Amino acid sequence: MAVTELRRGIVSVAPLIPGVVPFGMVSGAAVVDAGHGMGEALGLSVVLFAGASQLAVLDVLGQGAGVAVAIASAWIINLRFLLYSTALAVHLDGLSVSRRLGMGYVLTDQAYAVAAVGAEERSTTDTFWRFLGAAWTMWASWQVSTILGVVVGDRVPEDVPIDFVIPLLFLSIVLPALVDRPTVLAAVVGGVGAVTAAEAGAGDLSLMTGALLGIVAGTLADRGEE
Amino acid sequence: MIDRPDLWLAIVVAAFGTYAIRTVPLALAGRVAALPVRARRSLRMVAPAALSALVCLAVFRPDGRLDLVGDRVVAATVAGLVGWRTRNPILTLVVGMVVLLALERL
Repeated sequence: MAVTELRRGIVSVAPLIPGVVPFGMVSGAAVVDAGHGMGEALGLSVVLFAGASQLAVLDVLGQGAGVAVAIASAWIINLRFLLYSTALAVHLDGLSVSRRLGMGYVLTDQAYAVAAVGAEERSTTDTFWRFLGAAWTMWASWQVSTILGVVVGDRVPEDVPIDFVIPLLFLSIVLPALVDRPTVLAAVVGGVGAVTAAEAGAGDLSLMTGALLGIVAGTLADRGEE
Repeated sequence: MIDRPDLWLAIVVAAFGTYAIRTVPLALAGRVAALPVRARRSLRMVAPAALSALVCLAVFRPDGRLDLVGDRVVAATVAGLVGWRTRNPILTLVVGMVVLLALERL
């Protein structure tokens, strides 16, 4: 089953690769634009390995706002992983500590989405292998595209909106997870909450704000139905 | 020009905290699973809430400005309907991209 689930994880995130490559190239090219090279680009992509926060670190330092602000921005952007990690943990009781510690390094939006949706119906090891397939596929795509970005620069055609692949895939993953009224409410409040928070100037905290509001709304609806 | 030691310090400390954020709940999996049923049930809401937040920010604020009737909203709506009916992720992607490209070319 390990191989089957590994393959399922890979197949599930494969359509995302065209969407991730331009993003990785931009991240690599941004390091060159900031006056640095391959070492720093790989430092960000391998050591930090969290796309949006990598760009934030460069942006904040580039504006001269200081190391502490750069670090804080990265942490805030990455706070959502706390939710993913907790939600995944429920399905991984009994898995060895070393496997769980290894999962943390490659936890991304994509890997979480692929592994978590439908996890109730899978065994712990199946979820683990599906996660690994998705997570390491994302990792490899990210490193290759970062290196490409450093070497050839940001050669993404401006008029092809390939970045739209990413929200579309999340959309296709989230739809089957909307199985009852509370989950639908969680999604609606999560989405509206994030956009409203962004409009209100929450910046990097918008996503987390929306997600938390959605979780609270869904939970309340769930309890109301008991 | 960003100072090299500054950049590396930021990378290492940001990465350390990020790893902790990603890993601590996973490391405590046994305790998370031992949470009361009510608390565990709210974790069921994480995927709908967080993924919908990601999608909505990308669809309704593509350039950091609110756009409730933009090309991306139309494309995501059509793709969403297709995804809802077919449960086919690849078809959802293709339909969404084709609609967006068509709208942008008009």
